[in-house]
Amino acid sequence: MHELSITQSVLEIALRHAEQAHAARITQLNLVIGELSTIVDDSVQFYWDIISRGTIAEGAVLHFERVPGVLRCLNCGHTFPLNGEDFSCPRCGDRQVITAGGDDFRLDSIEIET
Amino acid sequence: MTTRVSVVEDILSANDKLAASNRARLDAAGVFAINLMASPGAGKTSLITRTVEALKDEFRIGAVDGDIATTLDADRIAAVGIPTVQINTGGECHLDAVMFQSALPSLPLDDLDLLIIENVGNLICPASFKLGVHASVLIASVPEGDDKPYKYPVMYRGVDAVVLNKMDVLAAFDFDVDYFRQGVEVLNPGLAFFPLSCKTGEGLDAWLAWLRNEVRKYVSGDSGAHS
Repeated sequence: MHELSITQSVLEIALRHAEQAHAARITQLNLVIGELSTIVDDSVQFYWDIISRGTIAEGAVLHFERVPGVLRCLNCGHTFPLNGEDFSCPRCGDRQVITAGGDDFRLDSIEIET
Repeated sequence: MTTRVSVVEDILSANDKLAASNRARLDAAGVFAINLMASPGAGKTSLITRTVEALKDEFRIGAVDGDIATTLDADRIAAVGIPTVQINTGGECHLDAVMFQSALPSLPLDDLDLLIIENVGNLICPASFKLGVHASVLIASVPEGDDKPYKYPVMYRGVDAVVLNKMDVLAAFDFDVDYFRQGVEVLNPGLAFFPLSCKTGEGLDAWLAWLRNEVRKYVSGDSGAHS
């Protein structure tokens, strides 16, 4: 599990943007996590509570927006959700597919008090 | 009063930037680097020693070995007679660009053509952390079962080649090679697939031919596009 180092990155990014905005406190972080990223949000929350202590982000609420994995058929262009068992296209049955979404792992925005 | 500040920053962007700088360093020295990923026991170290034995007269090869602890694998690789650097991740489940960067000064990059990186044995985490290599190779093995590409799509996606090791024990397992291959290819149309046995040597030639070709293409200036 690598959520500790990941959560440290989240904190660094949030603090950097908060400082630029002259924030006194960070109250919420809005994170986007794709199904195909290898991040467990419960784990991030666990580490967050520990590593944010003593910073202006202490007590901030982590809000996770989950984004599903999406595949695209190379034959007919149809996009469809990853269902975990069968990757073939539900429209034309072709098996030549690529991933087209769900990789996301980013900090979209933070809520701050100035 | 609360204000929303837009950030829109990838959490792994720091790693990605460092990976790009590692890549630039390898390119400056003309070293083709591959990242070998697999679950524990799939045969990463065996494939490396086999590969080095076969190609060491053709190319100048170095290795980086990532493990949670011990130098057992690095010792095996160094025994084949190539410069090897061990990275002990101290519990981290994958190599990242920072660890890889820290290993680079210990390698004679200017005197290498090919650098083989053995990632930590893990079928989940290494996929998310770019190192700055030119090609990624996933090693699967027959005893793991033929459903792994379906169960670990993130790991299988985006690799340039898949090696299926331990073909010598195929008869002892309910392993459907076609089903496995379908699962691998479905997320990687056109990828290279090498069923082989590091133990008997069966199938190794096709893998070696692919790697030889990739290194030669790179050395002649036609470098890959992966990171």
